[in-house]
Amino acid sequence: MTETTTTTTGGGTSTVQPVLEGRGLVKTYGRVVALDGADFALYPGEVLAVIGDNGAGKSTLIKALSGAEIPDTGDMFLDGQPVSFKRPTEARAMGIETVYQTLAVAPALDIATNMYLGREVRKPGPLGSVFRMLDGAGMRKSAKAQMTELGIGTLQNMAQAVETLSGGQRQAVSVARAAAFGSKVIILDEPTAALGVRESAQVLRLIQNLRERGMPVILISHNMPQVFEVADRIHVQRLGKRAAVITPKSVSITDVVAIMTGALQVPAEDQMLGPVR
Amino acid sequence: MTYLTERSASRRRVWFYPLLRKAGVVTDATATTAGYDAAEEFLDRQSPIQRLQGILHAYPWLSPAVVLVVALIIFSSITSLFAQPGNLGTITQQTAVTATLALGQTLIILTAGIDLSCGAVMVFSSMVMAKMAFDQGVAGLPALFLGIVVGGLAGLINGLLVTRVNLPPFIVTLGTLGIFTSLTLLYATGRTVRNRELADELKWLGKPVLLPGGFTITYGVLVMIALYLVFAYVLRYTAWGTHVYAVGDDPDAARLAGIQVNRVLLSVYATAGVIFGIAGWVLIGRVNAASPNSGIDANLDSITAVVIGGTSLFGGRGRVFGSLIGALIVGVVDNGLSVAGLDEAYKRLAIGTLIIVAVTADQWIRRARA
Ligand SMILES: Nc1ncnc2c1ncn2[C@@H]1O[C@H](COP(=O)(O)OP(=O)(O)OP(=O)(O)O)[C@@H](O)[C@H]1O
Ligand SMILES: [Mg+2]
Repeated sequence: MTETTTTTTGGGTSTVQPVLEGRGLVKTYGRVVALDGADFALYPGEVLAVIGDNGAGKSTLIKALSGAEIPDTGDMFLDGQPVSFKRPTEARAMGIETVYQTLAVAPALDIATNMYLGREVRKPGPLGSVFRMLDGAGMRKSAKAQMTELGIGTLQNMAQAVETLSGGQRQAVSVARAAAFGSKVIILDEPTAALGVRESAQVLRLIQNLRERGMPVILISHNMPQVFEVADRIHVQRLGKRAAVITPKSVSITDVVAIMTGALQVPAEDQMLGPVR
Repeated sequence: MTYLTERSASRRRVWFYPLLRKAGVVTDATATTAGYDAAEEFLDRQSPIQRLQGILHAYPWLSPAVVLVVALIIFSSITSLFAQPGNLGTITQQTAVTATLALGQTLIILTAGIDLSCGAVMVFSSMVMAKMAFDQGVAGLPALFLGIVVGGLAGLINGLLVTRVNLPPFIVTLGTLGIFTSLTLLYATGRTVRNRELADELKWLGKPVLLPGGFTITYGVLVMIALYLVFAYVLRYTAWGTHVYAVGDDPDAARLAGIQVNRVLLSVYATAGVIFGIAGWVLIGRVNAASPNSGIDANLDSITAVVIGGTSLFGGRGRVFGSLIGALIVGVVDNGLSVAGLDEAYKRLAIGTLIIVAVTADQWIRRARA
């Protein structure tokens, strides 16, 4: 595996710098080794799918990259600069937004409040500075604008409690929150796992929408047809390590499953460790 | 289609439309022409019971308000003495101490915690105030201030045990209930500071305020109401308030959203401690003395008020005014039974039943899906 930002791609060499990179990440929970020296690289403007069996360490990997867990050892780089996050806020402050597998929304709070949770906006003037009053109307307005921009038309009333929404709508709130604040990277951990066909399609459209805006996206998913539909590259995680990086064009779905289970090894020259474009 | 559009327009005009909207029973989207057929079907599929559930879900204080009104009507019809302005004023005075405690208790219960030590903290604070002024020769105002600080420190200790040592709030405050109670007894050496011995500043809150119509309340009632207004504002309009709800609703989601959960919890316990300290001041005004043996059941009374007031013991749901209504319900039932000359035993029966009903209702409301 290459350890530099100059990586071998399928065809030649590239000097494009990864947006987000992890090298030799290790994370253990007691005796469980969730990450066992995992490498990771996300390039500008791409949708990178991360796939792997249950317990392969996908969620742990993105938790390390998003500051929700602190890796035991290993290095992380954002735009080539070394970074280490102690909590999610630190990663968020640097433009990394995450939609976690366990939907991190507060059910009793409304849509706008959830979107701005942890970064509420105060009213201008003394009402805000002295009386600490939040700009509820302003936040609802921007939340709605964000929804419209992402093409989420079914959510109209931003003062509606999140628990009254359908699964797909809740997911849309999480994705919209990430899209609204993520300036560098958006990470989605199994965003369609709990959704029906129509709602999944909606989330996939959101992802494509983000890519069109040039936003790099990390997508964790068990749904191979979906992965093959939207991903530029596919990172295969196995036993806490990166087993291979391939593209939807170079490998078939059957082969990918074989790689996930370890039945098939991918030779280095067939991998796509660098950017596709 | 035209027909439906017209209906949608008229539906928009009904007075309770905003209510339904907030409850999530209808949305703007469902009322626009495009999605209307589906929405109409959807609305029709909701039974009246489900709609009620949705409304109570959005307005948790609504059912306690109804209970309060019903209680007022019942006691007024049993005895004409009940609805006299003088008696109604008395009820507010009797309620002031419990209501103040219930305010602090609400903050804690909103975070899915509980405080069994609140009454003990209140009495401890009141003893510190009274004895500082009477024995230690501290002036009235500094003594008052010291008592409130002691309340805040007691709350801080509870908060530290909950957040740093990671103990369940029930256990922490069960322990500190005993500790603060015995500290109070040791500090007071078993002696009550009587009316004549109290510093004037400490007795302020017992002073009457005459309202038009023959109602008499006290400054203690005014302080209690002012505290409710302040915290209603803080919870509704500030980031801290939002974070209190978020932490109680789903601590993991709050943490992932970047909220420092333990800091919020610590601030809630400390703030509640300050409120309990102020309750100690209200208590002195109410009983005209500072006794180490007062406020025995005050902790349970405050929890009762909060629960009857529609705040969920599971956290994240409720309004402070619900707790005020809850405290008033307890006060009205208490006073009403004695004015009507009925057995005190009915009070416990009625309040006990209300608690069970309120928690059952909460369980049911929390299952609401629009
Ligand atoms: N908080 C934790 N405490 C203990 N063990 C954990 C914890 N989180 C993850 N693990 C363990 O680490 C390993 C990797 O878990 P992880 O959640 O990263 O897998 P995953 O690839 O996301 O799986 P899935 O597809 O099921 O979401 C698993 O064995 C899991 O049991
Ligand atoms: Mg996972």
